[in-house]
Amino acid sequence: MLGRTANGLFWMFRYIERAENIARLVDAGLRMSLTRSGDADDEWTSVLCSAGVADGYKARHEAVTEAHAVDFLLRDTENPSSVMSVVQSARDNARMVRTALTREAWEATNELWMDMKSMLAKPVRGENLPDLLGAIKRQTALIRGAFHGTMLRNEIFDFARVGTFIERADNTARILDVKYYVLLPSVSYVGSSLDNVQWESILRSVSAHRSYRWVYEAEYQPTNIADYLILNARMPRSLAYCYRKIGDSLESLARDYGESHMAHLTATKTLARLEGRDIADIFDEGLHEFLVGFIIQNNKLGSEIAEAYRFY
Amino acid sequence: MTPFNEMMAGDDDARPPYEKYYDWFSAQDPKRLAAKSRDAEKIFRRTGITFAVYGAKEAAERLIPFDIIPRIISAKEWRRLEQGIEQRVVALNAFLDDIYHKQEIVKAGRMPRDLIAKNEAFLPQMIGVRPPGNVYTHIIGIDIVRTGEDQFYVLEDNARTPSGVSYMLENRETMMQMFPELFSKNRVRPVENYPALLRKSLSAAAPQGCNGTPTVAVLTPGIYNSAYYEHAFLADQMGVELVEGSDLRVVDGRVAMRTTQGYKAIDVLYRRVDDDYLDPLTFKPDSALGVPGIMDVYRAGRITIANAPGTGIADDKAIYSYMPEIVEFYTGRKPILENVPTWRCSEADSLAYVLDNLEDLVVKEVHGSGGYGMLVGPTSTKKERAEFAKKLAARPGNYIAQPTLSLSTVPIFVKKGIAPRHVDLRPFVLVSDKINIIPGGLTRVALKEGSLVVNSSQGGGTKDTWVLED
Repeated sequence: MLGRTANGLFWMFRYIERAENIARLVDAGLRMSLTRSGDADDEWTSVLCSAGVADGYKARHEAVTEAHAVDFLLRDTENPSSVMSVVQSARDNARMVRTALTREAWEATNELWMDMKSMLAKPVRGENLPDLLGAIKRQTALIRGAFHGTMLRNEIFDFARVGTFIERADNTARILDVKYYVLLPSVSYVGSSLDNVQWESILRSVSAHRSYRWVYEAEYQPTNIADYLILNARMPRSLAYCYRKIGDSLESLARDYGESHMAHLTATKTLARLEGRDIADIFDEGLHEFLVGFIIQNNKLGSEIAEAYRFY
Repeated sequence: MTPFNEMMAGDDDARPPYEKYYDWFSAQDPKRLAAKSRDAEKIFRRTGITFAVYGAKEAAERLIPFDIIPRIISAKEWRRLEQGIEQRVVALNAFLDDIYHKQEIVKAGRMPRDLIAKNEAFLPQMIGVRPPGNVYTHIIGIDIVRTGEDQFYVLEDNARTPSGVSYMLENRETMMQMFPELFSKNRVRPVENYPALLRKSLSAAAPQGCNGTPTVAVLTPGIYNSAYYEHAFLADQMGVELVEGSDLRVVDGRVAMRTTQGYKAIDVLYRRVDDDYLDPLTFKPDSALGVPGIMDVYRAGRITIANAPGTGIADDKAIYSYMPEIVEFYTGRKPILENVPTWRCSEADSLAYVLDNLEDLVVKEVHGSGGYGMLVGPTSTKKERAEFAKKLAARPGNYIAQPTLSLSTVPIFVKKGIAPRHVDLRPFVLVSDKINIIPGGLTRVALKEGSLVVNSSQGGGTKDTWVLED
């Protein structure tokens, strides 16, 4: 496979994952603004931070308002991480690697792009947001489904998966890091309704507010939430889950190519820090420090993969 | 004069090749056909079968409209076309070999020396170079128009990088999906094996030193190129890599592509990049689309470039006017397919005639393509003609002129039923150790009533093209 094709697959799936994550973040943000009486705009600031676009937003708008934040996150093509921008990038990459995709996987991606082109052509009115966010989630699920159902489990599959999970891990870690302070036990009003809303928002951003109850059979607890999103290897958006999948795909590549790289070592080390650990250790280490360290390592892994497989 | 209608001989009387189709068509519910026609558009849009129009920002990706009524050619008609096409392709390759080696056609006084030596499309870098297998035009598309029952003319020889073959294939695929019953009623010669034939043909043209299965790749300028869809489609269907200039480099005297496991040598490069951009060391120094040093590898006989650099001279419109001489010179026979009479504006008498008769002529740029920069006399305004006359006077050598032919029509499906529209035909030919002509080709149709311009960039559409079995 061409190095450029591996690069295209990696980014195509990162962008698709990002589109879905942004939709989730906006969804959680809207939910918060409905349930909270006071500072809804603070909430949008943290959504912008979680999406990693707070600086870009400041350059475009003076104040944080819901209307501007939503528009910036969904439509603004000056924002490279807006849904419209990432869907365009995903499709450009898909076109570039067209020969590596099945017809089904390509068509699902092309349809997402056609839908977004028409749905995001004009500012989205509040009452249409649920439909729009639903369409993004549905269409990205369709791409994933088409991909899973029709693609050969070979190097193409592996590069796409590595891209998906590096992006997803980054996203989950960011969401946690933006809100890490509400998970700290030192906060005095533990158990207040304010915290409950915040905790639910974190879970909602990763579509885990319902499954949480199945797993922990309990009220929201900050340590459980952190445990769920960081260490629980059954939770498809947790860091541990992402790194298991990254590990699997990198291992397949090493087996197919008969060669392993620095990236393999980095991935193994990161996974070791997520497996067989207690969440209390991470709180002792410092949640924020842990998350910041993780995000840096995760980025480093991306660059090492690019180098190992000659993306450029 | 009413143009020749390929489908209808009278009001309700179809010509023989169309008889079965017309019976079927007449029995269809027009509403169902209209729905099918819309389905076809959806299929094309979803599949992403689009082309880019340069300069048109918002509509940057457009569909080529597809018409659901096929263009049908009888076995007998096709046999004659086939013979004529084969003769022409043989002559073109012999001509290219000659002008880059001994130039006997010039020595024999059958063609002016300047027409070659001063031609922009002539590549001095190719003088004395022998391409693997001595093939210059591995893929060629011959544009043919029809004016009557037995009158066929060659309009153009696309010897550089003919495009449109993906539409030929997708049109057939779409027709078979939408109207399977038609293909059990009519015995239509298949075209689906084109990608397999292309791969075989390219492999057969591999350099001599190549052992085992040759590694073939398609070189594209990238996703923003107007024909990118076709490049990806062909690479995919052949099962070969689609590469860009940035993937390639010369490694140990071979052209190699950067893979996830290091550099891998390429034996045959089907390039969809123009000569000028192929090698920044030999041609345009600022080209990022090509491969520095590929021409050295080529001259050393270690890679096949398809089509060979320098083949463009064979589809130059001034050279075209000499095609009857070219065919006779290299095959010893009269051309089976006629040329459209052509005035070379570089010649003073011709120029005077052209200027006097602009209203009746089509004037084209010698190196133009895609329907850009041409004047269609009968549909032009006085002002357009006056402006064109100035261009002609300033650079006469840049133009040729032809009479406006009364192109044949095939009906298209419209709201009111059917309506005749002008068509042309581009059959595709593969050349290696043998010549393979794909039955049919791409039929382009001018969708505007009365229009003679079939180019997709100018509002043309396409039709599935059937060649019937005997």
